[in-house]
Amino acid sequence: MLNLLLSRLATAIPSIVGVVVVTFMLTRLLPGDPAAYFAGLAASPQAIAEIRTKLGLDKSLPEQFVAYVGDLVQGNLGNSLSTGQPVVTEIATRLPASAELTLFALIVAVAIAIPLGVLAAVKQGTWVDHLCRIVTTAGVSLPVFFTGLLLAYVFYYLLQWAPAPTGRLDIFLSPPPDITGFYLIDSMLSGNLETFWSALRQLALPAISMAIFSLAPLARMTRGSMLAVLGSDFIRTARASGLSPRTVVFTYAFRNAVLPVITTLGMVFSFLLGANVLVETVFAWPGIGLYAVNALITSDYAPVQGFVLTMAVLYVTLNLTIDFVYGLVDPRVRLES
Amino acid sequence: MLPLLRHARYVLSENPVTGLAFGLFALFLAAALFGPWLAPYDPLQSNATMALKPPSAAHWFGTDQLGRDIFSRVLVATRLDLTIAFASVILAFMLGALSGVAAGYFGGWTDQIVGRLADTIMAFPLFVLAMGIVAALGNEVINIVIATAIINFPLYARVARAEANVRREAGFVEAARLSGNGETRVLLGHILPNIMPIMMVQMSLTMGYAILNAAGLSFIGLGVRPPDAEWGIMVAEGANFIQSGEWWIALFPGAALMLAVFCFNLLGDGLRDIIDPRMRT
Amino acid sequence: MTAIPALAVEDLSVEFRTRSGVVKVLEHVGFSVDKGETVALVGESGSGKSVTAFAVMGILDAAGKVTSGRAMFGGSDLLALSERDLAEQRGRELSMIFQNPRTALNPIRRVGRQIADVLVRHGGATRNDAPRAAIEMLKKVRIPDPERRAEAYPFELSGGMCQRIMIAIALACRPALLIADEPTTGLDVTTQAVIMDLIGELAGESGMATIFITHDLALAAEYCDRIVVMHAGHIVEAAPGRALFDHARHPYSAKLLAATPGETVSLDALASIPGGLPDLRRPDLPPCRYSGRCERRSEACDQPLPQRTVGEHHVVACWNPL
Repeated sequence: MLNLLLSRLATAIPSIVGVVVVTFMLTRLLPGDPAAYFAGLAASPQAIAEIRTKLGLDKSLPEQFVAYVGDLVQGNLGNSLSTGQPVVTEIATRLPASAELTLFALIVAVAIAIPLGVLAAVKQGTWVDHLCRIVTTAGVSLPVFFTGLLLAYVFYYLLQWAPAPTGRLDIFLSPPPDITGFYLIDSMLSGNLETFWSALRQLALPAISMAIFSLAPLARMTRGSMLAVLGSDFIRTARASGLSPRTVVFTYAFRNAVLPVITTLGMVFSFLLGANVLVETVFAWPGIGLYAVNALITSDYAPVQGFVLTMAVLYVTLNLTIDFVYGLVDPRVRLES
Repeated sequence: MLPLLRHARYVLSENPVTGLAFGLFALFLAAALFGPWLAPYDPLQSNATMALKPPSAAHWFGTDQLGRDIFSRVLVATRLDLTIAFASVILAFMLGALSGVAAGYFGGWTDQIVGRLADTIMAFPLFVLAMGIVAALGNEVINIVIATAIINFPLYARVARAEANVRREAGFVEAARLSGNGETRVLLGHILPNIMPIMMVQMSLTMGYAILNAAGLSFIGLGVRPPDAEWGIMVAEGANFIQSGEWWIALFPGAALMLAVFCFNLLGDGLRDIIDPRMRT
Repeated sequence: MTAIPALAVEDLSVEFRTRSGVVKVLEHVGFSVDKGETVALVGESGSGKSVTAFAVMGILDAAGKVTSGRAMFGGSDLLALSERDLAEQRGRELSMIFQNPRTALNPIRRVGRQIADVLVRHGGATRNDAPRAAIEMLKKVRIPDPERRAEAYPFELSGGMCQRIMIAIALACRPALLIADEPTTGLDVTTQAVIMDLIGELAGESGMATIFITHDLALAAEYCDRIVVMHAGHIVEAAPGRALFDHARHPYSAKLLAATPGETVSLDALASIPGGLPDLRRPDLPPCRYSGRCERRSEACDQPLPQRTVGEHHVVACWNPL
């Protein structure tokens, strides 16, 4: 188990190195003079020169890279121009909002996609199968920001079932005590049902928009892998042994079929983390995506770069976790390492 | 060629949806080519007295906050959206196919470099990387094309690499080598043409994603700038009016966008069934 | 002594619906297996041996359909049972083992659990007793160190070991009939013999009937009481093993025997029989599906196939037997 963890960690190292190099390049690619950008539009030439020295832009590229890595290690992502606050703290305070939204969307996606994929495979060629095909094709075709707007229009403006699409909580409620940063969990822990209900209502539409977009690869993979497994030799053995259809489908087929689905989660997270930015913009969700978009509009680059780096590190970590979980679930991988 | 046509007919009759997709594609192509001449109004002409009018006989899709005709804007935007997507897919194809084929054919350090490059790109959530690239390169349409091409690059490189690797030892390659062709000639003249059908499938499969990605970037204010007509930015403009009930501003460009992506996804699936039925899932 | 048939298959026909038409995979297949008896189904690949077994077990692919026939087993017709009732019988009264034992076992479930699953399902053991009962079964199929092996996954075991596990699963509930579908294909020769001996021994202990599907005539002759020869979905000859070896009456059986020099070479050398299997999709298949390859063909062959009894328990479907 420790071996497995270490071997997976080792494979993540090149990815992290790559991510750091790319984000460094992105900071140096800024058109024109990066120092001018970081100094802001109204800065005097002296201020720009000062910033250049401060940022180390007058040094050679390798030296700059070493300085960049040094800053990263100390958790220094620079300061935001518009607020003057360190980007790290701003991202840290906004991260739980994004994480809650993304994870909740993932749960919704998995809860719909996997049963749908399994049913489509078990009842291949029936209406469930066609439904699965339609849902997956339509799901990837719907621009996530457009789905979000449609949902907001229908459920907020027309039906008034959903609250106004702004923020994580009804404006008259105060946030729950900060324990995990996830409003759903924190409100439950503090026993505040009203807050929980409000948070859930706010979360529903953005999470569903993201889920619709990301469930397609999950459902497709579940269906495909379930079909492959159901046609395999050992399922024939299980049927020939008279095992009940339930045991055959769930204990034997599904547990094998779920392995490739776990691998697909990597792609699903790529979808989700990207969609996160757009959905936060639509629903004024106070997460890091909205933070980055607002910074982009004001040409405030340090937050944008901090955001890209944070997302990449998160994504690498998630992939690492997926790999590790896969190793735990599949004895062939677990016992080999 | 003839068996391929017969197979195509078979696939079309099995799956009429593919036929529908071809029809839609023709429609979009027409809109992209002739949009400016077909549009009933000037897409940039604002008219304060006509602002925020719902769909009517005169303005099929209604008007926006500046009184511009949304139907004309949606129609004219087709060219820009499809051009961005086509350009980025072609760029991704050129980068990916060439480096992938070289990696698969030569192996060794070429393979190492291409593989590491692809892995590094894949280590990012792709849309986020695209955001970062456009932010760094500057807020221009061309940079949307570049960013979208870069995030699609690994897909092409991997497919091309795998296909070239399989064909490296194939008989026709051996024959070309023995008849005195240099490595580069073998690569470009014999291997690349052979993997074209599969790359074509890949291109149509990624077209939809490229359109989505580009529209997403302009939705958050990157690349295309107002008052230019582009579906993503039009949806973004309409987003401000959803809460007050003016649905048509966002709906029509959004629907056009969705239909275009849907069309290319179906087309990709259909092409894959025609060219390489084994890949079907 | 009048033998009691454990399984009697009568007039079994099976069709497969494919893209290019309906394939008549089996036509009027009939044979029986007595209690304690071992019968071999022999033929080239594509002759319908496995399909016969799958049809009896009720595990045909979705594309396959039984169009006629009965399979009488323990007083009921297996082909007429509901899927639910049939599932009750499978694994308890009739069992099957397959070729490629390594892929025929669930790759991510411990082999002990897989045996236990069958025991629990058919009431052979309670959930608590099942692990111990599974280890007992492992002992029975002579797996060394059964306690440890019960905890293994299939990929940790050799092909021969996996086949023993398969046998343990199949025999866990002491079935009345075992169908072994090429159980030794892919195993090395010594392991083959061990596996065959093991099946024979366990069958003998419990008076179980066994159907042994193989393309290896020599193996069939060595281990089976009777041999049923199949060709292109027809049974062409059925005879006691010795009788068939001494005097095969169907031209196809004779060719098979000729292609089996000595008693060790398998039918892979079948190239020596002219022609291949006929295209079973053709609507105008001749009554005798061997006639296209046959040297003894005559006008009589265009009439419906006869069933001629040519000796004790020796039947041949041919107008011009040898």
